[in-house]
Parts: sequence; C-alpha cells; structure tokens
Amino acid sequence: MLLDVRDLRVEFRTRDGVARAVNGVSYAVDAGETLAVLGESGSGKSVAAQAVMGILDTPPGRITGGEVLFRGRDLLRLKEERRRRIRGAEMAMIFQDALSALNPVLDVGSQLGEMFVVHRGMSRGQARARAVELMDRVGIPAARERAGDYPHQFSGGMRQRVMIAMALALEPALIIADEPTTALDVTVQAQVMELLARLRRELDMALILITHDLGVVAEAADRIAVMYAGRIVETAPVHAVHRAAAHPYTRALLDSVPRLDRKGRELYAIRGLPPNPLRVPPGCAFHPRCPVARDICRTDEPPLYEAGEGRRSACHFWRETLDG
Amino acid sequence: MPEPQCARPRSVAVEAVAVAAAATPDGGAAPGHGAAPEPGAAPQRRSAGSDGGAPTGKPRGLWSDAWHDLLRNPVFVVSALVIVFLVVISVWPSLIASRNPLSCDLALAQEGSRPGHPFGFNGQGCDVYTRTVHGARTSVVVGVLASLGVALTGSVLGALAGFHGGAWDAVLSRITDVFFAIPVVLGGLVLLSLVAGTTVWPVIGFMVLLGWPQISRIARGSVITVKQNDYVQAARALGASPARIMLRHILPNAVAPVIVVATIALGTFIALEATLSYLGVGLRPPAVSWGIDISDASPYIRNSPHMLLWPAGALAVTVLAFIMLGDAVRDALDPKLR
Repeated sequence: MLLDVRDLRVEFRTRDGVARAVNGVSYAVDAGETLAVLGESGSGKSVAAQAVMGILDTPPGRITGGEVLFRGRDLLRLKEERRRRIRGAEMAMIFQDALSALNPVLDVGSQLGEMFVVHRGMSRGQARARAVELMDRVGIPAARERAGDYPHQFSGGMRQRVMIAMALALEPALIIADEPTTALDVTVQAQVMELLARLRRELDMALILITHDLGVVAEAADRIAVMYAGRIVETAPVHAVHRAAAHPYTRALLDSVPRLDRKGRELYAIRGLPPNPLRVPPGCAFHPRCPVARDICRTDEPPLYEAGEGRRSACHFWRETLDG
Repeated sequence: MPEPQCARPRSVAVEAVAVAAAATPDGGAAPGHGAAPEPGAAPQRRSAGSDGGAPTGKPRGLWSDAWHDLLRNPVFVVSALVIVFLVVISVWPSLIASRNPLSCDLALAQEGSRPGHPFGFNGQGCDVYTRTVHGARTSVVVGVLASLGVALTGSVLGALAGFHGGAWDAVLSRITDVFFAIPVVLGGLVLLSLVAGTTVWPVIGFMVLLGWPQISRIARGSVITVKQNDYVQAARALGASPARIMLRHILPNAVAPVIVVATIALGTFIALEATLSYLGVGLRPPAVSWGIDISDASPYIRNSPHMLLWPAGALAVTVLAFIMLGDAVRDALDPKLR
C-alpha cells in the first residue's frame, strides 16, 4: 500500500464552535492506482487532502487524530523538515486554479526550475533547462521561448499544464489533484485530463483525484471514495458504482448527472443543502436529505459496512439501496 | 540602534532612485526587452484577455507594468527630473556653485543679490546661493539614508511578525504601539540633545528609531495578505523551505506598499531634518543645512526675506518632489487602478 490514511480527523476552531471538517476518514491508494474522492463543496475532501499533504494552515486547522501512512511512515509524526523533503519529491499536488497557484512575479521557467533547485540542488541554469524539457513534455508549444513568460500571459489550459509539469517534475509516487479541471473551459478540461492520465501512466504514479465531476471520475479513476460531511460514505471500484450505488447519497449524485438518453426531462437535484459543519445532524449525517431514511438513521451513525465486490457503504440500508 | 549602512552619498542616491523607480525582482524586464516608452507601444499593453497559446507581447510582470505606467505619468517625470537634479548637485555641488559655503565676509551681511551672488548674503555674510546648493547634500543624504534604514528595519521586523504570527507578532505589535506614542519632535528634542556632533548620523539614527514602526506595520499587513495566496500554499506543497517561501514568493509580492510608503516618507524625513536643525538639535554649524539656514534667517524675515526664502523654497521643492514621486509610484503599483 502506497498511502494508507486511517481515521483522519481535522477540526477548525471558529468563534461559533468547532467544525469537524474531516471526521474519521480512511482511504488507501496502491502504487499506480487512481482514487477519485468525490463530494460536494464543504464535504471535507480538500481539507483531508491538505492534511495528507501537510499544507493545512494550522491554526485555524488542527489535526486531532488518525494516521497518514506513506510508504510505511506515519507522516503526521515526522518532523517538518523531513516532511518537506517528501513534499514535491515523493508526493505532489495540483491545484484547482493555476492562475492563483502560480507566483505572479516569477516567470514560469524559474518556478518550474525551483523544484530542481530545492530538491536536487541543481544550479539555476541546469534547472532552467529541465524546466523547458518539462514544459515541452506537457505540451506547451515553443517551450523555450515561453519559459520567460509570466503566468498571466498563459491561457487557462496552458497554465494548468504548467501546474501539472510542476507537480510531475520530480516524478513523485503520488499526485494529489484538487479539482484540476474545475477552473477550465469544458473543451480544455478533456485535454488536461487526458494529459494527466497519460503522464500518470507513463510515470506509473498513483493519483488522488479530488473532484465533484462524475464524468471525470468515470474516465480516469480505478476506485472512488464518496465523502459527505467529513466522512466517507461509500468506497467502491468505479465500474461497480456505475452499475449500482450502495449509498443513497452516491445514487443521488449519479442521478443528478445530465444524460443524453434522458433529454427533455427535468434534471434531478438532491433536495436540501449539505449540513453546516458546525451542526452536523446526529446519526447518519445524510438523513435529513435521504429518501430512504428511517428512525435508526436519526440516532445511530452507520459504520462502513462491507458490501461485497470490494465496496463499503456507510448506510444502514445498503442492501436495499444496492438492489434499487 | 540599527545604523543604516555607511555608503558614499553617490551610490546611495543612485540606488534610491532605482528603488523608487523600479526595484524589481524581474528588474531587467522593463529595459531589457527594449520596450522603450514610445507612444506607439502604449496600446499594446495588456493584450485584452486573449493571451492564448502564443506569446502576445513582451513579458510584463507587475513591476515592468508599473514602470511603463510611471514613464507615461507627467507627475513622475517632473518629480524624477527634480530629484535627479538634486542628486547631481548633492554629489557635485561645485558643478553650479564653485565657492566655499563656509567662507563668509561679515561686511556683506544681509546684503541683497548682486552680480555673482544671485541670492544675496546671509546674516554672517555667507553667499546664500552657495549655501543653498551645498545644503542639498544634507537633505538628500538624510532623506535617502533614513528612508532606506526605516524601510529595511521596518520590513524585516514586520515581515517576520506577519510570517510567523503568534507570540513574535504580539510582542512586536505592542512595541510598535509604544513607538507610535512617542511624539516625533519632542522625542527629537530629548534624544538628540544628548548627542553632540555635527554629522548626519545621529539624526538618521533617530529617524530610523522612530520611523520603523510605520513601515513594520505595513510590511506585516502586506505579508499576511500575500501569505494567504494559493501560490504560497502551492510552494509549500512542492517542498519549498520557509526561507525560500519568504524570500521568493512572499517578499516580492508584498514589497510594493513598503516602497510606496518609504518613498513618500523620504520627503517627510527631509522636512524633519530641517525641523530638528531649526530647533537646534539636528545638524549644527559648521554643517550646511537648509534647516540651519532657515533657523538663522528667521529673526530677519522682515528686513531680509531673501535669506529665508531661498533655502525654504529649496526645501519645499525637494519635499514636494519626493512626495509626488511617492504618489506616482503608489498609483503605478496600485492594482485597483489597472
């Protein structure tokens, strides 16, 4: 197992109380595997990734429990200096909005080259040459000339390619991509996802793909983990999920995707809103919005039941849900 | 007391102009790309939105953009010309005033202008023109060194407070408050009367001592704002060390407000030097300073106004030029105006 996150808990102390953004999340990623973490905004998927990466802002955030085992070491117990050497070199992150994730006053060549300066101790000149190679590799035309350009001079798609190049520079074993295509035009999204999938294959890296786009999941992922209110409600191989969901929330997500074969009909929307992280409902957090909720859901928090075919579901009624 | 580095007036002055104009991390970009401020080049800037696949113009970061704005701003051009002139005459006053400012002839005391002595003579019979020209050096040296000292001290302390936060920030903020509570002129009267001497150093040291909290506050706020940007988090995610994050990613993005305030403060430091010298605690004769001359001349303003008006006019123009320069720099660096 490359990455094994066990019972991770993250809190934010606010004036109005404690927000449990991540409330006992466990997931695992094998070498070369792609795990999609799916969920609405505020479900804790990005915060969990930041905690894994070690870039959570503390304060206000606080990791209150759990383990992040990466190649057998618990990252949460490592000294910051050791962790820093892992970041970028062994695990790297791709951010959602490349325009804000790139430094506006540094040209992209220097920013890319920084990876080699920081982790490999290369000289500026060598690092620059590697930066140009990388830009070429991610399909930026005229890489040599464009290495001197600043982030705002690139189009959104090209900027995201730069971001990807930065994350892949040192060929890490694990990439965490936090909504890598959300900020892009639909036409460009596909290109960027293709690029990411191709490079992932070539370099045989594991990928954690954080997204709320089921289309992206279907194409790229091996397994999915669905998050709701800071917990994982279902994990399953991606082909199994597309056949049938073992959690009402997953099913609701699948039903709310526009489909060509249901043209003209009203689009399904999950009723209600995601819970306020300061006041998560007792029992199953999804019960106020759940079509199959019964009394037990209001009182007992469901554990992750083994639901066969390598899937697990945090629903008391997973069997009924699976059967439809 | 943090003494600013001792440099020859010339290099300091030149450096100051460079800082004020475009001290840039990508410094070479503006002149390097041969994008001279020709009128025809103007419409090309900021190729509207469509910065598609191919490069659509010369690389323009915040700094080179600001530089282009400045060159098209008449306020900047005028104030920069005045400042260049001041810098030149403070380095080589003999270019336009060949006499010795300390050689005086009491027989000529308070005489008005005459051929060869356009500004007349002061109460000691010294040539007012020569003294006014030579006084520029004091003002420029004090203004520039005090500004640099304040900017360096203030931004280092403020940036550390903003970057680390916590206890360091709390302590520094309280110290800042204490310094803000000290009235400048009163503080100057007390502190500077303890030091004897005719050099500019005690005056500069005093200004740095009382001036750094202002810059420190601005640097702190600016660093806190920049620290929250995604690219700082991204740099962390890619394994950059705290020092590298600070120097490569935060400082270049946070330094603009500091430059603006330091440039505007330069003018006020020059005025403060004159004030302190006027009160007799700044520079003392035989040093040549506009403040000293204004002080000496003030009892005679009815009989011989020329003794007062020339140095006072020079002071006013100099302070105005630096404040205008600061204003222009602020406009050029203000993202809301672009």
